[in-house]
Amino acid sequence: MVKRYGGVHALRDVDVTIRRGEIHALVGENGAGKSTLGKILAGVVRPDGGTVSVGGRAVHYRAPHEAIRDGIAMIDQELALVPARSVLDNVFLGSEQHRAGVAKDRQARERFRALAARTGFDLDPDAPVGSLRVADQQKVEILRALARNAELIVMDEPTAPLTPDEAQRLHAIMRDLRDRGTTIVFVSHFLREVLALSDTITVLKDGRFVQSGPASEQTQDSLVLAMLGRSLDVAFPDPAPPADDAPVVLRARGLTRAGAIEGVDVTLRAGEIVGIAGLVGSGRTEVARALFGADRIDAGTIELDGRALRLRAPADAIRAGIAMLPESRKEQGLLMLRSVGENITLPHLRLVAGGGVVRRRGESARARELIERLGVKCDGADAPVASLSGGNQQKVALAKWLMKTPRVLIADEPTRGVDVGAKSAIYDLLRGLAAQGVAVLVISSELEEVLGLANRVLVMRRGRVAAELSSDEATDEKVLTAAFGTSRRVKGIDEEEAA
Amino acid sequence: MSTNEPQGPTAALDARTQARGGARRSFEVGSLRDYGIVFAFIALFLVLTFSSDVFLTKGNLLNLADQSAALGILACGMTLVIIAGGFDLSVGAIFAVTAIVGAKVTNSSGAELGVLAALTAGMALGLVNGVLATVGRLNPFVATIATTLVFRGLALAISGGFLVAISDASFGNLSQPRVLDVRISVFIFAAFALFCAFLLNRTVYGRHLFAVGGNAEAARLSGVRVNRVRALAYVLMGFASALGGVLVASRTLTVDGNTGMGIEFDAIAAVLVGGTSVMGGEGAIWRTILGVFLLALVGNGFNLLGTDPLYQRIFTGAIIILAVGSDAWIRRGKRA
Repeated sequence: MVKRYGGVHALRDVDVTIRRGEIHALVGENGAGKSTLGKILAGVVRPDGGTVSVGGRAVHYRAPHEAIRDGIAMIDQELALVPARSVLDNVFLGSEQHRAGVAKDRQARERFRALAARTGFDLDPDAPVGSLRVADQQKVEILRALARNAELIVMDEPTAPLTPDEAQRLHAIMRDLRDRGTTIVFVSHFLREVLALSDTITVLKDGRFVQSGPASEQTQDSLVLAMLGRSLDVAFPDPAPPADDAPVVLRARGLTRAGAIEGVDVTLRAGEIVGIAGLVGSGRTEVARALFGADRIDAGTIELDGRALRLRAPADAIRAGIAMLPESRKEQGLLMLRSVGENITLPHLRLVAGGGVVRRRGESARARELIERLGVKCDGADAPVASLSGGNQQKVALAKWLMKTPRVLIADEPTRGVDVGAKSAIYDLLRGLAAQGVAVLVISSELEEVLGLANRVLVMRRGRVAAELSSDEATDEKVLTAAFGTSRRVKGIDEEEAA
Repeated sequence: MSTNEPQGPTAALDARTQARGGARRSFEVGSLRDYGIVFAFIALFLVLTFSSDVFLTKGNLLNLADQSAALGILACGMTLVIIAGGFDLSVGAIFAVTAIVGAKVTNSSGAELGVLAALTAGMALGLVNGVLATVGRLNPFVATIATTLVFRGLALAISGGFLVAISDASFGNLSQPRVLDVRISVFIFAAFALFCAFLLNRTVYGRHLFAVGGNAEAARLSGVRVNRVRALAYVLMGFASALGGVLVASRTLTVDGNTGMGIEFDAIAAVLVGGTSVMGGEGAIWRTILGVFLLALVGNGFNLLGTDPLYQRIFTGAIIILAVGSDAWIRRGKRA
């Protein structure tokens, strides 16, 4: 199996066998080719070489609907639903039963009920899909796959957008589907999940096949070793505390935005890394956006170096020396149509411009300097940012804030969808900036990341700060207790972690 | 979140990545996509050169440039608006209003003030569009369809529904005199095109235009004042419409409320034929210039070859479908 993007091989000579009725995990670093392999199976992209055979018959899918005919469906990372239409319409989208073009609504409802009963999903068929939470939207995608009689479902990072609770429920659904004879191929970054869930694990590295075998023979360490070709110490060094007399850089009091956050206080000192933990939807990102002027606040004050700030737009925050790495690099962080260099210089373009005219030589020199400093792997500053791997794109999204060293750096999910190598580079960078006296605020869904990096952890729950813990006090258990607000739920999480 | 079309944007990105990133390997595909307009222009130019004796004469070509000047200026402005992720259907109406304002003020206070009034009026009307489409949160199609009605009505009201003749003949000097056999209108067109190209490629504002059109949210989070950048694009568009209106008024010396009817479609057609993406965030002035001249060659060809001008519209429409479609088809073909 060969797949090239541009001159770059995304996959080369990969042989994989997927047995009927198994859960087959594809793991590897970002850019290892996992998603590409999944997409080839589902006919979303065409291989440049090699063959796919289904049930012993060689197939050449040119489009997803050809794969669907053979019972292969894909659930992409980004869900493919029509938000304004009902659950029912979405489930049968493309497979509507009709008489002379008129949809048979009653039959559709019966089929929906049958599918819902089979999976145990409790969804209102008339609710518009856009009003559902991501976890329920995924259920709609799964129902759609089943409505098309899918025997093999390819899932790309299905649990990434879910809370631990929801992820656990999805795991149960996946096991159940398998027990009923559906084959599942899934791509995941979470090794614990992979080990707990799959029957067979295939490891890819740099588009090449590394190994494939029963999950029971693997451990997290053995998988990491296979993915990296080297063992990586994922332990965090103890965060260096800021000096006792380090001045307060940013002080926010009583930040409130209706329906999102209420009465949030945040204090950041120079050289300090503060982490925000909490469930998705607890208001973490909203605090970041409020501090950056991206969302209006209804009440509260923000002071930088003791002076009150009035932030009406991110431009005001940037001028004051606040930078923010947003949570989604493709939708908020980068201009995917433009070059690496243009992305890097965008926030501080005026530094390399005179009288509104960009000095090209100065611009490319600064871009090259930052590409080198962050170790971005690319074909120079003119390379389109879309041609980079996720980890390198994330480095570009960070680099754009370092052309001028900020006073405050807010990093929202700094390592989401990033491979292990880039992760540790980003950690080093954040620590290095703190050592230079930058006040850093890190938001992450990965608890170990928050605990490992931060001098101090704020735990959010339902828009409020539920706990503030120093790095000595902060433990998994304490953070989760505060995040969930009950100890019973925490027990559930611990059980899952142990699983 | 583009949850409703997972393949669209990524597929396009894949293809773009291939077209540009893998420069050597996919040279054929990349160049066909990026330079299709150049090939089409050269092909048509050659066909006309061989099939008509008159085509490749200085007089014909200079005349062609003169006739394209007003449309070309509008198309340059439209390129900025479309790159910024906007759209402007009201340029024909602005064109008429400003031509009439220019004519009226010239008749009362002289040509200098007349031109100044026309350009100022153009920018003011552009600002109305810009504010509606940004702060007013109206979809640009809806906003400019509505303002088209308003502006056309304004044009008819100011002119009283009559033809306005410009009494000061010096108004004609704005476009008619020749320097080295080339009419001034052509120089004004060239200057405006160069100005727009410079703005787009070399200035901070140009970068912000691409940023805002390519990903408004990312641009905002990078400190770009999105509404301001977009609104200014409409103001520049209004200026361009007025400049075009003045040139046409200067050529004919009479204007009325129906002046420039449908010119907005010709301007948009030229931009799209050139290969500037209607989705925003991508495009170039040279593309638009080639688009303007390609459409001008088609018209000229129909004249010179004595074909029924009825077919010209059909042919032009087909060219737009081909130009915009081939772009999408190539992207799609390379996706898998």
